[in-house]
Amino acid sequence: MTSLAFVDVSVKYGSSTAVQGFTDTVRPGEWLCLIGPNGAGKSSLLRSAAGLVKHEGGILVDGSPLHLRSSRRRAALVAHVPQSPSMPDDMTAAEYVLLGRNPYVGYFGSETKHDRMMVARVIERLDLEHFANRRLGTLSGGERQRLVIARALAQEAPIMLLDEPTSALDIGHQQQALELVDSLRREHGFTVVSAMHDLTLAGLYSDRLALLHQGHCVATGPAEQVLKAETLSEFYGVSVSVHQEPDGTVVVVPRRTVPLA
Amino acid sequence: MLPEQVRDSERSWWMPLACVLLAIAFLFGAMVGPAGPDWWRVPAELLNRLPFIDISSGATELQSTVLWQIRMPRVVLAGIVGAMLSIAGASYQGVFRNPLVDPYLLGVAAGAGLGATVIIVAGRASSSSWPIDPLPIAAFAGGLVAVMITYSVGAAFGAAKSSATLVLAGVAVTSLATAIQTFMLQKNTDVVRQVYSWILGRLSSATWHDVRLVLPYVIVSTGVLLWHRRLLDVLRVGDDEAQSLGARVDRIRLTVVIAATLGTAAVVSVSGLIGFVGIVVPHLVRLLAGSSYRRILPLTVLLGAAFLIVADIPGRILSDPAETPIGVVTAFLGAPFFIIVLRSRQGASR
Repeated sequence: MTSLAFVDVSVKYGSSTAVQGFTDTVRPGEWLCLIGPNGAGKSSLLRSAAGLVKHEGGILVDGSPLHLRSSRRRAALVAHVPQSPSMPDDMTAAEYVLLGRNPYVGYFGSETKHDRMMVARVIERLDLEHFANRRLGTLSGGERQRLVIARALAQEAPIMLLDEPTSALDIGHQQQALELVDSLRREHGFTVVSAMHDLTLAGLYSDRLALLHQGHCVATGPAEQVLKAETLSEFYGVSVSVHQEPDGTVVVVPRRTVPLA
Repeated sequence: MLPEQVRDSERSWWMPLACVLLAIAFLFGAMVGPAGPDWWRVPAELLNRLPFIDISSGATELQSTVLWQIRMPRVVLAGIVGAMLSIAGASYQGVFRNPLVDPYLLGVAAGAGLGATVIIVAGRASSSSWPIDPLPIAAFAGGLVAVMITYSVGAAFGAAKSSATLVLAGVAVTSLATAIQTFMLQKNTDVVRQVYSWILGRLSSATWHDVRLVLPYVIVSTGVLLWHRRLLDVLRVGDDEAQSLGARVDRIRLTVVIAATLGTAAVVSVSGLIGFVGIVVPHLVRLLAGSSYRRILPLTVLLGAAFLIVADIPGRILSDPAETPIGVVTAFLGAPFFIIVLRSRQGASR
């Protein structure tokens, strides 16, 4: 189990600031969900932890700075699932999952039997056998999403960063994908940081929420503390009502601001 | 699921088939042409040269010389050039994730053409007493310099972020080099014919010396490219994702571009500009054997060699005794084929 700490992390693109002074410690095995309106800096924060954008401040994995690691070592610690992964139409599903083993293969090496065994195990675990040799171009959105998670799983990284993992899925597949991540997290003790738009789902699956607004973290805590009608109205400019189910689930329901004619 | 199934074993028979095709092309290339031994004597003549084999082919001394000093270097050089252009094209297509690029695009061809033009205009005849022919060296240098300019211009304006910048820089450098070359030819119309015969490509004057000249570059370049075939598969998911998977994308791209360019500049310097090979052969391989670079790269070496050996044959027969330049032949074969490839890719993509 591995912790991930952000210490005063800022991300700038030229003169515009995407993330400003974000500090947070994600405990080992915790699921932190970043929420906030479009452009709040959720993706930039995830990309900084994946080593894809330059950032100021420190990102620490189990207390040691990530930027000191080689790129392969970093990839063995942090797996990143992008918002819209590029999936070459003519690559097979098994070939795609095998890419997740790249951090363990030397520059001029090739995958060992162990790497292929890991991939076979991941494919079995996620029930992907029946389309393992199909081409990516022939797969549905739900199947593709499971494959991307499979690739991240094959990476064997203790930290998983998920950028809008369910944005392209219908409600059934959203639930399926998030439950898959949740059960994998419990099995393997992953630390998860995700960015999500659906506030109810965000509150339902994560342990803690962090609300970002214009690059600043404006609220953090469990769902019932962060998901409040007045907070959401202030930062999203949205009119919602927030209910709590008997089991503690926080439900965010949008309200019409223009009355029915 | 068994681990063996993860690496798909389908179509692994392409490798031996490509070897057989290359062997047939090689034999065919050695058999056809004016003034050699009868075609059916060629296999025996070839086998006779192998150690511990002694077969009398019945060819005369002269015929044997024609085979060994004229035809064989030509066939071998065609194979080397075809293999190099093909694997360089496939590698470029991999690192730029663009199926329509090859080293010619970054200015290798135009730079080499300019280098050759400079030497021819400066009076190649006066260099006949030199110990070595300066033409291939100038072409090689021209090709490399052009790509270096392309790369530094591209890097200055953000090629690290998008490979399109680099390709556009290549277009600019190509136009500039071509313009300078045209200007020089306008001033020296007497050498136009000589320059164009070089540009259109020729393998007819190939010697073992040419083979020895390019072989070291081609071996190093091909070796480096083949070593990168797994990483080219990783790059297929794009720069960002490849990087998040631990691949150092910029370093891989730079290494592959340098290796492919060096090899291409070397072969262009002895063969002239032979177009379409670097695009047609990799596409053909993709259609036959799928899109994984682990299969594509080794197959392009074998089939690229076979392709150019075969493409060199019509040139010897068509307008005998004068030769049709091989660049014309590959363009004649390549252009229609290219259109077919585009069409079938369109059908296959959705």
